[in-house]
Amino acid sequence: MSARERVAGTVANYVDERTGAAAWMKKNLQKVFPDHWSFMLGEIALYSFVILLLSGTFLTFWFDPSMRTVVYEGSYQPLKEVEMSAAYASTLHISFDVRGGLLMRQIHHWAALIFMAAIVVHLMRVFFTGAFRKPREFNWILGIGLLTLGIVEGFLGYSLPDDLLSGTGLRIAEAIIQALPVVGTYISFFAFGGAFPGEVFIPRIYTVHILLLPGIFLALITVHLMLVWYQKHTQYPGPGRTEKNVVGYPLMPVYMAKAGGFFFIVFGVTAFLGAVASINPIWLYGPYTPGQISAGSQPDWYMGWLDGLVRMAPPIETHAFGHTISWNILLPGLIIPGILFTGMALYPFIESWMTGDKREHHLLDRPRNVPNRTALGVMALTFTLISLINGGNDIIATHFDLTINQIMWFSRIGIIILPPLSFVITKRICLSLQRADRELVLHGKETGRLVMLPHGEFIEVHEELSEAKKFALTQHEQPKAIALVTEDSGGVLNPKGIRAKLQARFSAANAENIAKPTATEVKELEGGHH
Amino acid sequence: MSKELEPLSDPGLPEHIHRKADIDPIAAKRAERQVALLFSLSAFGTILFIYSFFFIKDDVFIFLPILGNTNAHQLGIGLGMAFGLFFIGMGAVHWAKTLMPDQEVIAYRHELKSEPQDRDALVKTAKEGAEAAGLGRRPLIKRSLIGAVALSGLPAVIMLRDLGPLPGKSLEQTSWKTGTRLVTDPGDRPIKASDLEVGAVAQVLPELLPGQKRTLEDIGKDAVLLIRLRPAEFQLNAERLSWTHEGIIAFSKICSHMGCAVALYEQTTKHLLCPCHQSTFDVTRAAKVIFGPSARPLPQLAITVDAEGNLIAKQPFTEAVGPSFWERSS
Repeated sequence: MSARERVAGTVANYVDERTGAAAWMKKNLQKVFPDHWSFMLGEIALYSFVILLLSGTFLTFWFDPSMRTVVYEGSYQPLKEVEMSAAYASTLHISFDVRGGLLMRQIHHWAALIFMAAIVVHLMRVFFTGAFRKPREFNWILGIGLLTLGIVEGFLGYSLPDDLLSGTGLRIAEAIIQALPVVGTYISFFAFGGAFPGEVFIPRIYTVHILLLPGIFLALITVHLMLVWYQKHTQYPGPGRTEKNVVGYPLMPVYMAKAGGFFFIVFGVTAFLGAVASINPIWLYGPYTPGQISAGSQPDWYMGWLDGLVRMAPPIETHAFGHTISWNILLPGLIIPGILFTGMALYPFIESWMTGDKREHHLLDRPRNVPNRTALGVMALTFTLISLINGGNDIIATHFDLTINQIMWFSRIGIIILPPLSFVITKRICLSLQRADRELVLHGKETGRLVMLPHGEFIEVHEELSEAKKFALTQHEQPKAIALVTEDSGGVLNPKGIRAKLQARFSAANAENIAKPTATEVKELEGGHH
Repeated sequence: MSKELEPLSDPGLPEHIHRKADIDPIAAKRAERQVALLFSLSAFGTILFIYSFFFIKDDVFIFLPILGNTNAHQLGIGLGMAFGLFFIGMGAVHWAKTLMPDQEVIAYRHELKSEPQDRDALVKTAKEGAEAAGLGRRPLIKRSLIGAVALSGLPAVIMLRDLGPLPGKSLEQTSWKTGTRLVTDPGDRPIKASDLEVGAVAQVLPELLPGQKRTLEDIGKDAVLLIRLRPAEFQLNAERLSWTHEGIIAFSKICSHMGCAVALYEQTTKHLLCPCHQSTFDVTRAAKVIFGPSARPLPQLAITVDAEGNLIAKQPFTEAVGPSFWERSS
């Protein structure tokens, strides 16, 4: 035993005698993780969060979350002697007079954008592969919670510098609060400590941004990961992979090296962006004052779709009995996003009800094999994408030489027509892909080699797929529609009535698939004419 | 199961194919050197960071293709940090992919739900606990406890009361009074009709009394936009026309939709556009909404001139400025 081993042994013994960690460690260091590029998306979100904590802590050492008026005396000449809030002045100080300050600000902002992007793409992966199904519904809801909090946290974060752009964003947020029926004005006055903008809002959201929400994030992320750990990761289907096993690499050493290394890669890429790509140059916007604005005001991308919805909203207000309800704000700002996010959170339960499937699932779906779900997801994405495009309508108008009116009308009409259209198109594409898979399994893949037969006929040589590939393309289950029971044998009407009818309708739509090849069909063709 | 529905059988995990580094010691040695090189690149990055931080002045600019004129200090520390981190990651991943075992292993899942006897035992324990506490037998305790706990949340809500003052009528009031002089923003100079040419726009605020200080809250409600047209271009009713002066018309600059500053004026069409959500207002028709999400025109401020010819407010705003709120009556 070498000296090093002796020391390590002593330390390990010391810890284990006090915690009994050895048994747990032994088991978990051998924990198996399936390998796939799409499983790294959630990792990117996690690592971005760590980067946000690190860079954010650095920024707090200089940032002064105060709205008291100061006269700028720093080294940025264009704003010298200008009156501004201490928050804005200290952000300028970080950007120009703290070495590495601008780099950290830009890393923090880039990491926030990457964090949100990773969450959204991770969510799409989980949705389209059906990873949210039993037993992972709780984790799906936690994920939706993290996404929602991420939007809020990001918005509060870019509001802190108190520049002209972010102040405008706060003004809009205040208008949304104020639009709440009955309590809106009161909540707004409580939140802002009086009339907008007041002098207390930045210090208040600072506490929320750096303490309250990060704390909640930490708790939710911990539970999210513990559930992944405990329930074991899902895996893509393939030969040797079943609902009962997990095939992959052990945590120690492969996964540790890969995941640990990947953290440094994500941090490195974020630092690279922070080094070469300017983001949120607040010194160009100037300090906030409610009487000014810059053209082309844009929120960060994860808020852009909300702004786009607000922009395209119809100009409707109700004035009655001495009160006002602003549908033009409530509808796009609260009601539609509320319906969207609630629907998203409840989707695992909705799907399980529609299909009548209450079983556990650990093998992922190929999106084409579940056309209904895939089409629904694309429909939601289309809706959000049109909103996002409309959120940048002014920028698009100037870059593509269009009028704002044209883009706005495209969005207003498109947001109603295009999502259902994309549902139909996606479903057809999925079914076509299923058909292609069937062809591939039964007749092999086209090789492009043409052969002339003795009697003069030309044929293309098809190459038979490997057993593994054939299995991968046919291993999935094809659901059957739930038969509608209107009355039982005794003539008693189904007490579920309309709900049973709806369920039967949904499950029929869900069962619409191209029959996958069976073993018999494959056998019949083997030794045949290929 | 009928024969025709029989699925294809699972051929099992494919055979493991060895990598070059697994069988060829030269390839393994090469991979080892590559990993070491990647880690060295990281060390180089960190040295670049330290050098740039201490020895490149932060006012040195260098020209780079694509990036243009770039601050050398910022770029040096940024790239140094980026390389320092990135290549540690690349080294670790390359190590894992070339030299660590790549044989996939199989672990088995256990059913998540507890054993039936454990479930029964839990139900029994819970029931016994509740029984021992007498929850079922003593409803008075249960109900009063629920009531007390529910009430104990109230102080948490009530304590938030002093976050801010009650709104009262403040949203409906601005600093504009009858006779308040219009002053330029910035500059705080009184403004005469002759200061504005036809087609011109100016942002104005109410004049401050001696000793008064302007707050951002004031600007958020008081900001007004003056626009001068030819009087013949107005399509206003008699009352609104009397609120203008020699073709000068005044509107609240705070958008009636969500409170942004309505700052874009298009001279040829005489439209005001809010850059936030593109609500468009027709100046000639008392800022009627002709496009976008806003549901109300911008409030018009009645103006006239005083004895010295300076523009003054004829009367306060007749309605609340800015975005809508529940208590707003029209």
